[in-house]
Amino acid sequence: MHIVVTIKQVPDTNEVRIDKKTGTLIREGVPAIMNPEDKHALEAALCIREELGDVKVTVLSMGPPQAGNTLMEALCLGADEAFLACDKAFAGADTLATAYTLAMALKKIAPVDLVLCGSQAIDGDTAQVGPQIAECLGIPQITYAERIKASEKSVEVESGFGAVRRRVSADLPALVTVGKAINRPRYKTMKGIAAAFRDKGVQLLTSQDIKVNPGRIGLTGSPTSVKKTFVPELGRAGRIIDGGPETLSLGIIHTLEAENLLPKS
Amino acid sequence: MSLSYQLDEKHEMVRAAVREFAECEIRPVAGALEEKEAFSVSLTRQMGEIGLFGMIVPEHLGGQGLDYVSYIIAVEEIARIDGSQAATVAAGNSLGLSPIYYFGTLEQQQRYLPELCRGDALMGFGLTEANAGSDAGASKTRAVKDGDDWILNGSKIFITNAATPITRGTIIQAVTGSDSRGKPEHTCFVVENGTPGYTATPMKHKLMWRASNTAEISLSDVRVSRDAVLGQPGDGFKQMLSTLDRGRLSIAAMGLGCAQGAYEAALKYANERVQFGRPISKQQVISFKLADMAMKIELARNFLYRACWLADQHQPFGKEAAMAKLYCSEIAKEVADEAVQIHGGYGLMKEYDVERFYRDQRLLQIGEGTSEVLRMVISRAIGC
Repeated sequence: MHIVVTIKQVPDTNEVRIDKKTGTLIREGVPAIMNPEDKHALEAALCIREELGDVKVTVLSMGPPQAGNTLMEALCLGADEAFLACDKAFAGADTLATAYTLAMALKKIAPVDLVLCGSQAIDGDTAQVGPQIAECLGIPQITYAERIKASEKSVEVESGFGAVRRRVSADLPALVTVGKAINRPRYKTMKGIAAAFRDKGVQLLTSQDIKVNPGRIGLTGSPTSVKKTFVPELGRAGRIIDGGPETLSLGIIHTLEAENLLPKS
Repeated sequence: MSLSYQLDEKHEMVRAAVREFAECEIRPVAGALEEKEAFSVSLTRQMGEIGLFGMIVPEHLGGQGLDYVSYIIAVEEIARIDGSQAATVAAGNSLGLSPIYYFGTLEQQQRYLPELCRGDALMGFGLTEANAGSDAGASKTRAVKDGDDWILNGSKIFITNAATPITRGTIIQAVTGSDSRGKPEHTCFVVENGTPGYTATPMKHKLMWRASNTAEISLSDVRVSRDAVLGQPGDGFKQMLSTLDRGRLSIAAMGLGCAQGAYEAALKYANERVQFGRPISKQQVISFKLADMAMKIELARNFLYRACWLADQHQPFGKEAAMAKLYCSEIAKEVADEAVQIHGGYGLMKEYDVERFYRDQRLLQIGEGTSEVLRMVISRAIGC
């Protein structure tokens, strides 16, 4: 069985500040990390390998050369192989062009039985790339997995949506996007680091290697145009309720009811 | 010869891995374990699971197959959060399993290294005695041959990791005779816990590293077989000096990590604490303190890594190890002291980590060669 996990290198948003004038992220000096949900997807793949045995786990990313560091981290965590789709022609891609590029890379490293993606990335938060890859490949997709049971031929996935739980199964090959609730990612081990730097490495894939349609990649292949990004200014609108204990408590309850903040009995 | 001041990606990965673990698993419990004087078996096992023991031991002997620079970065990163856990790891590696790796017989390596490298067991290094500290050659513990066996009598004190629930035993240095000039000849023995006549008792009420284990050991007619001799009889003093050279690198790493942790806490506090209408970091008197702290840490780090690099290149590093240990431990004292000063009254309270760093650094100028002994080592090395 061959599982491919897609990985995105993102700025650590805990450390990111926003340039108030341009509305964009100030990326300078901000450490790059593995997108947290992708780490959960990788953990899910490693757990399937531990359970089923004969499983190869590959990680795939699209990005600039420095995204190779994040793939090295995935190799240290236990992935068997890593590919980085890296070409100036891929630059400026929106989610559609990214998904197309990754889908073509997946065709290059085929046969692939199961594609696991983090549901969304902490920098863009679109949750579009996973589903779009599945559409590009024409394979079934199941989103927001909280539990995955894989076998040689199929995958069964449980997802939670508030009070509703959904259990779906699909024949392989399929793509599953994974949320944070699914597992607790392992720590990197010293042995894993030693082995990754001794025996493994990141293989580069250019636009030539994966035979892409030049009109569907990078900025050219991106129909999205971002008009403006901005951080909404949230002021604190305080309201003062005056009076004795009774007026005060009723006043608070009525305010909360009006704002729909009390549980319905 | 090229000169590179950039750590390679593998070393940066080791740092990131240990930092993540220490931030998530050690930071939340460090203060409470220290306060209760509790050695944590579960945390030690967790540190073993990610591979913090046996870092420089090759994989075929159960280790992690990394180099000295990696190991020292790991100790630095743990000490950045907590001196106690750093002590467990540094003593476990440098004093517990290193002598067995460097001097042990193949049988001893196979018997002890796998479980020591997994962090499932710990081993002490019994050198210091009540009346043999800096004057280590004056130790009184004796071993006498009895047929194929040896009988040990004496005592040891201040032995890290020697009385934890998972301690397998302690390497005991004993006088086994004298050479032609009448100087005492020493031999090291691996004495396992449970051997009749051998007891290791935890020592409580320490100033620092209160969540690490320190023991006193008593040996009363302890009989061990010749298989317990580490390497060859008579090699004990040489083995001890070599072990201390390497151990000094890890104590230096503890000083560096302690200084880094105290400095980061002080910088954060200085940026948040407002007096006279602005953060105190904007007061020149405070910002200059922080600048000095940052400078000392950079110098300490660069020099320590160079000493480790020499060790990795199999070049002599004894003088550099002594200098690194002396410098890192002394700047840890200066930085922790200023970190408390910057915190003002809050720095005296246990809610703030600098209080712990201030106490933890104090051992570093004493253990594994006092600052005075190290100056003696360095002065001899430079030809005084």
